[in-house]
Amino acid sequence: MKEGFDTTDCFLVDGKLALPYTYFAGRVGSKFLTTIRDEKKIMGIKCNKCNKVFVPPRQTCDVCMEDIRDNWVDVQNTGKVTNFTVVRYDDKHLPKKAPYVLAMIQLDGADTPLVHVVEGIDLDKAKIGMKVQAVFAKETTNTILDIDHFAPA
Amino acid sequence: MGNRVAICAMAQVKNEPNVWYQRFQGMLLDCLEPILQQTGVTYDTDKGIRNIVTCSDDVFDARTISDNGMTDVVGAHFRGEEKTAQDGLNGLGYAMACILSGHDDVVLFMGHCKESQTESRNMSTNLAYDPFFCRPVGMDFLNVNAFQARAYMEKAGVTDEHLAEVVVRSRENAAMNPFARESGKVTKEDVLNSPFLADPIRELHAYPVTDWAVGMLLCCEERVKEFTDNPVWITGFGNCMDRYFVGDRDLTSNFSLKKACEKAYGMAGIKDPKSDVDVIELSDAYAHQLPMLAEGIGLAGEGQGGKWIESGGPAKANVNLSGGMLNGNPIMLGGVARAVEGYIQLRGEAGDRQVDGAKRALAHGTTGGACQHQTVLILEK
Ligand SMILES: [Zn+2]
Repeated sequence: MKEGFDTTDCFLVDGKLALPYTYFAGRVGSKFLTTIRDEKKIMGIKCNKCNKVFVPPRQTCDVCMEDIRDNWVDVQNTGKVTNFTVVRYDDKHLPKKAPYVLAMIQLDGADTPLVHVVEGIDLDKAKIGMKVQAVFAKETTNTILDIDHFAPA
Repeated sequence: MGNRVAICAMAQVKNEPNVWYQRFQGMLLDCLEPILQQTGVTYDTDKGIRNIVTCSDDVFDARTISDNGMTDVVGAHFRGEEKTAQDGLNGLGYAMACILSGHDDVVLFMGHCKESQTESRNMSTNLAYDPFFCRPVGMDFLNVNAFQARAYMEKAGVTDEHLAEVVVRSRENAAMNPFARESGKVTKEDVLNSPFLADPIRELHAYPVTDWAVGMLLCCEERVKEFTDNPVWITGFGNCMDRYFVGDRDLTSNFSLKKACEKAYGMAGIKDPKSDVDVIELSDAYAHQLPMLAEGIGLAGEGQGGKWIESGGPAKANVNLSGGMLNGNPIMLGGVARAVEGYIQLRGEAGDRQVDGAKRALAHGTTGGACQHQTVLILEK
């Protein structure tokens, strides 16, 4: 509190910014998400110039500036953890109840790790290099959470 | 037309945990009025303030076009008003460009952020990510910075003990800064025992929720004497954006900071920051970022952050004598708070924490998860 500040007639009004939206995911994003939803398959996009496979996919390689939107490749539903944290706070934007592991996961066949949740392990057993595998959601939410989480492979 | 830009005046309110009893407009007015009084600057459309650069964030203000809410307060009617919606240090760089390009002689910079207004800072930063791949998995600046912390600590031999030292020193320095948030001194044990938020980041490794407002008046070289006898010159500026997806980036390489430094050092003629800069202020929102950013600006060797802390590097190079961001400045204004400390030090007004004979300062700001966007500003006496 600022020293000597007169708080007479100071009143807090509750408010909220909440507005449901629909966002077009782009053709590339759309195909990526609907393939996960409908085929339980994760795809990446390969740049034929630098040979990198990007997950999440994108339509231009930012290094080569090549249009790569049609170069879809299948990547595996398995991969390894390249980095992780244990989320120990609860909040409304988080998909799971704390504590849980949030990890960077490099899928087999991909060059860029994807961020997702890892479940089914003791929190103190999480480690870099750990093999994991996608567990698909039983019911779709039409989001990346159609991969519900990753579990030890 | 001179080729330098001066900061002629600065006014700030104290950094506070929760200024619930004052609207941000009132906080800004508390900064603007002293600037008008100190300098005698007017809103005359020929000779006075014709352009105003503001810094604010729609999500933290809970309104669209957040600068709209302060147009009246900063006197922006019938003149230019432009908003920086990221670290305000970029707004200072932009104000500098307005003057160097010859478009303006005098530019007012005003920034505010009340982090306390939102129920959750992490919910707010979750919105910085796309709604397709990143928001749904709950990414926010805290858990993304935790990825960076883990990778950096491994790379640079930085331990939990080192981080505790960084926090203790931040709080000690802040205690000597009358405008710093009163976050309180802590011991190493306090830090080491503070609970994890997102491993390896502990509660006391993270900057606390803070409200703040600040203003500065900038002017071209040839008119500086109209406003002050003690100007501080902006002599270098650079910024750079790293890639968006964290999986595409090397989170510990300081890629964008090195690029920003190249530009700023080149402009200011800095060869070696170790010998050429007297005061260094880094936006260490999280404790591990202090040594990491020190590497990025060339103060510590690559991967030597742990050793740098052990050898007393932060104190030797006058790093974050303000207390740093770690003690508490709001997001959006971390970099501006760094420039404020540089300004105060170069004017010789830093009291107990004054660096004798300080001639040049470096201020650093960052925006985005894991320091995606980096900004460096060089100030000289
Ligand atoms: Zn490529």
